[in-house]
Amino acid sequence: MSEAPWLIPLSPLIAFAINGSLGPRYLKRATGIVGSLGILASFLLTIGLWLDLPKEDSQREYILYRWLESGSLRIDIGFTLDELTVVMLLVVTGVSFLIHVYSNAYMDHDNSFARFFTWLPLFVFSMIMLVMANNFLSLFVFWEMVGVCSYFLIGFWHNRDSANNAAMKAFITNRVGDFGFAAGIFLIFWNFGTVNYSEVHGAIGTITNGAATTIALLLFIGAMGKSAQFPLHIWLPDAMEGPTPVSALIHAATMVTAGIFMVGRNIPIFEAGGVSLIVIGGIGAFTALFAATIAVTQTDIKRVLAYSTVSQLGLMFLALGSGAYVAALFHLATHAFFKALLFLGSGSVIHSMQNEQNMHEYGGLKSKLPWTYATYVIGGLALSAIFPLAGFWSKDEILAGAFFRGASSNGDVLFLLFWIMGLTASLLTAFYTFRMIHLTFHGMPRNRALYDHAHESPWLMILPLVLLAVLSIAAGIGLGFPPEHGIIHDYLHHVIHSKHFELTGDSTIIVSLAIISTAIALIGVMAASSIYQRGRPRPEAMGKLFPALYTLSYKKYYVDELVEILVIKSSKAAGFVLWAIDAKLVDGMVNLLGWLIKAFSSIGRRVQTGQVQNYVLIMATGLVVSLGIIMVMQ
Amino acid sequence: MADYLNSYLFIGAILFTLGAFGVLVRRNIIVVLLSVELMLQGVNLSLGAFSTFYHDMGGYMLVLLSLAIAAAEAVVGLAILVALSRHVDEFYVDRLKSLRW
Amino acid sequence: MSDLACTWLGLMATIFGLGTVLLRSPVHSALSLVMVVFHVAGLFVLMGAGFLAALQVIVYAGAIIVLFLFTMMLLNLEQHDNEPHMHRYQKWLGFPLGGALLIEATWIALAQANPSETLLGKYSPERLSELGGTAFGIADAMFTSYLLPFEVAGVLLLAASVAALSLARKPDEDIMKAMPDMVSDAAGSMTQPSVQESKLNQSPTERGDNH
Repeated sequence: MSEAPWLIPLSPLIAFAINGSLGPRYLKRATGIVGSLGILASFLLTIGLWLDLPKEDSQREYILYRWLESGSLRIDIGFTLDELTVVMLLVVTGVSFLIHVYSNAYMDHDNSFARFFTWLPLFVFSMIMLVMANNFLSLFVFWEMVGVCSYFLIGFWHNRDSANNAAMKAFITNRVGDFGFAAGIFLIFWNFGTVNYSEVHGAIGTITNGAATTIALLLFIGAMGKSAQFPLHIWLPDAMEGPTPVSALIHAATMVTAGIFMVGRNIPIFEAGGVSLIVIGGIGAFTALFAATIAVTQTDIKRVLAYSTVSQLGLMFLALGSGAYVAALFHLATHAFFKALLFLGSGSVIHSMQNEQNMHEYGGLKSKLPWTYATYVIGGLALSAIFPLAGFWSKDEILAGAFFRGASSNGDVLFLLFWIMGLTASLLTAFYTFRMIHLTFHGMPRNRALYDHAHESPWLMILPLVLLAVLSIAAGIGLGFPPEHGIIHDYLHHVIHSKHFELTGDSTIIVSLAIISTAIALIGVMAASSIYQRGRPRPEAMGKLFPALYTLSYKKYYVDELVEILVIKSSKAAGFVLWAIDAKLVDGMVNLLGWLIKAFSSIGRRVQTGQVQNYVLIMATGLVVSLGIIMVMQ
Repeated sequence: MADYLNSYLFIGAILFTLGAFGVLVRRNIIVVLLSVELMLQGVNLSLGAFSTFYHDMGGYMLVLLSLAIAAAEAVVGLAILVALSRHVDEFYVDRLKSLRW
Repeated sequence: MSDLACTWLGLMATIFGLGTVLLRSPVHSALSLVMVVFHVAGLFVLMGAGFLAALQVIVYAGAIIVLFLFTMMLLNLEQHDNEPHMHRYQKWLGFPLGGALLIEATWIALAQANPSETLLGKYSPERLSELGGTAFGIADAMFTSYLLPFEVAGVLLLAASVAALSLARKPDEDIMKAMPDMVSDAAGSMTQPSVQESKLNQSPTERGDNH
């Protein structure tokens, strides 16, 4: 497979081309099969690549063709064939395939079925290309491509205003991040004269610390936009306007992790960039805590999951900042499994509850949706990081990494604070996850009409849930045991390893850290159960206990309102001022000029009477005068 | 007097000036065209006189050509007049001012 | 004798020229112009250019001015109303301007034109007085030295006749179909027979309706 890696992105592209051209008219429902098969082929080819990965460094870059050449700038369309690519590809294509299968049933009643299965394979193609890129420009191009696909899919139900607005919000918020990202790439080219990964990484020692820091921070701004880190997180919860499989695939499992992947891919730059890792860790830890506190009070099931995703992405950035790079990618993989599972499970619930997304209308669905319930609880336990599910292994490693980074002799004490923030976020994660589970599946049905119509989803939707649940159980212990020396660590060690940080300690410390985080997660689970399990959950009572905090969290800390005032209103005000200057001053000057010309010509045009004889008279006068002059001259 | 060029040129000048005066002051479009013919008469007379008194055939030739041109001008002018009668039915030159402004 | 003739002819040409310009009726103007043409032809005869005089009478009086008269008759241009026949303001400018032009033209005629022996052309005085304005002399010059202007004049006349045709003809049927806007325009100025024709064309259906 390493001879022809371009086959991996090709098959989703072919599926996109077939569905896009023939889908709406001829294939209709068959587009789902075409799309799923395209992704399945890609997944199988990825396994082939995994088994056939070249060992020598020289063969790890596959150049398909030279894309453009301008002066010293040479860009190839090429692929990086290494362990990081393989891990990302397996996650992306695997989860994508399951979600494609699921979508066949979920989107069954939608009129735009073919359109859905046009954009989804295109997204998978772009994501594969993003992951496989061997230079920053390709990365950026496909970074934008996945953004565009995300835009199309968030606004999939384009007759809803809210969906259109959410799509625009996602796209525009990402522009802010992309601005930084593009500036970082420009600086890379300025400093290194190339945008190829391996060349840049090889030459990283030749630039000053300040330049490296600037580049690293600018690239991180791009990652913040794509991976929804504070304050650019605002688009992700709104992106839930898209169909649920889209939320699962793009806004939980794959696209939003592109930021993590990008940082992981360019660790040499970030390690050279001094304080940038601390900034990354700080923003990650803050976002993890911040988003978790919001998720606690949300009533829309998908919004809870959205803020949970933001929070988990924050944890991944905390891991990257701490130097626990493998832990970040490990969590990326496990999170992809259990968050996709949770989203698909919530999709199953929404599907059976006739598109109702408010959890206060749910309740008691355990008996109606047994399969969904079972898998959802597994996903919830994994998200809450309960031993021995997948989330436990990866999240524990992140927290341990942050702790060691803070506690070690050459570390940074700030990371102890970040560690505490991460722990608090875990507590809240467990709490809101089980609040969600209790509100949805336990207790008494709160909306009898919807409840009576609820039914278990078709097997095509259950099957991906079960497979993802298996992965959510097994991925952690299978890949990450024993801690720091699991399969994934050994596999990725060749590509991603820290030159600076030794994040290991006593096994007693590791075990006690694991016990602490598990205990905290259990506390969260217990707290949620004690409040919400009795069948009469009374969030308003909780709200009355801490009214200010409750409102603050429920209103998402007014970030959207703040952005509205600070960014949108002020831009509008600035735009208004500029408009006024343009309309009054600039246009006024132009109009004045035009008016003057008009005024003068309104006098001059009187000469043009339209009467032929007037013209003749003037000609005759000219003749008489010129003859008179001749007469006088003589 | 008949042997002097100047007397013919004087008559030609008078006819030309009268024609020009008519072109300037008359309102009826057909009289304006007639006045143009009168101007041509004055010119023809002068040209013929020049030819006679300078012993050159060129003047006579120009008279012939100006005859042809006068015929052409009259034909086209009258055709325009006919077209004008189809469209606006107005023959006072000072009222035909759609060329204005 | 010839001096008297010259004076008489010049005087009458001037009087009829004034008549052309000043007479109220266009028909009178045209007839007055015919008289001018005759007297100018007389002056040509006096110069010895008899052929040109004949052409004057035939082409000007016989063709061009008759064409004018025909047009006046066809378009009913005879002025019957009491509107002034001269331009309102321009006539007060026209008089001094015309006077100035007359003075200047006369000055040029009297001061500049001094025939002398040095200006002699191709023909000797004897040869010219022999050929002069005769058909032979004119033809000799026209088909030798002045052949190109002659041909160009022919082309000009052809162009003029084509232009006159295209300007003065009625709009074609197919053009009327192609341009419905023009139909309403043309219908307003359509002559009486064609209107009657269209009424005749409609009449069978009207009769059918009456039954």
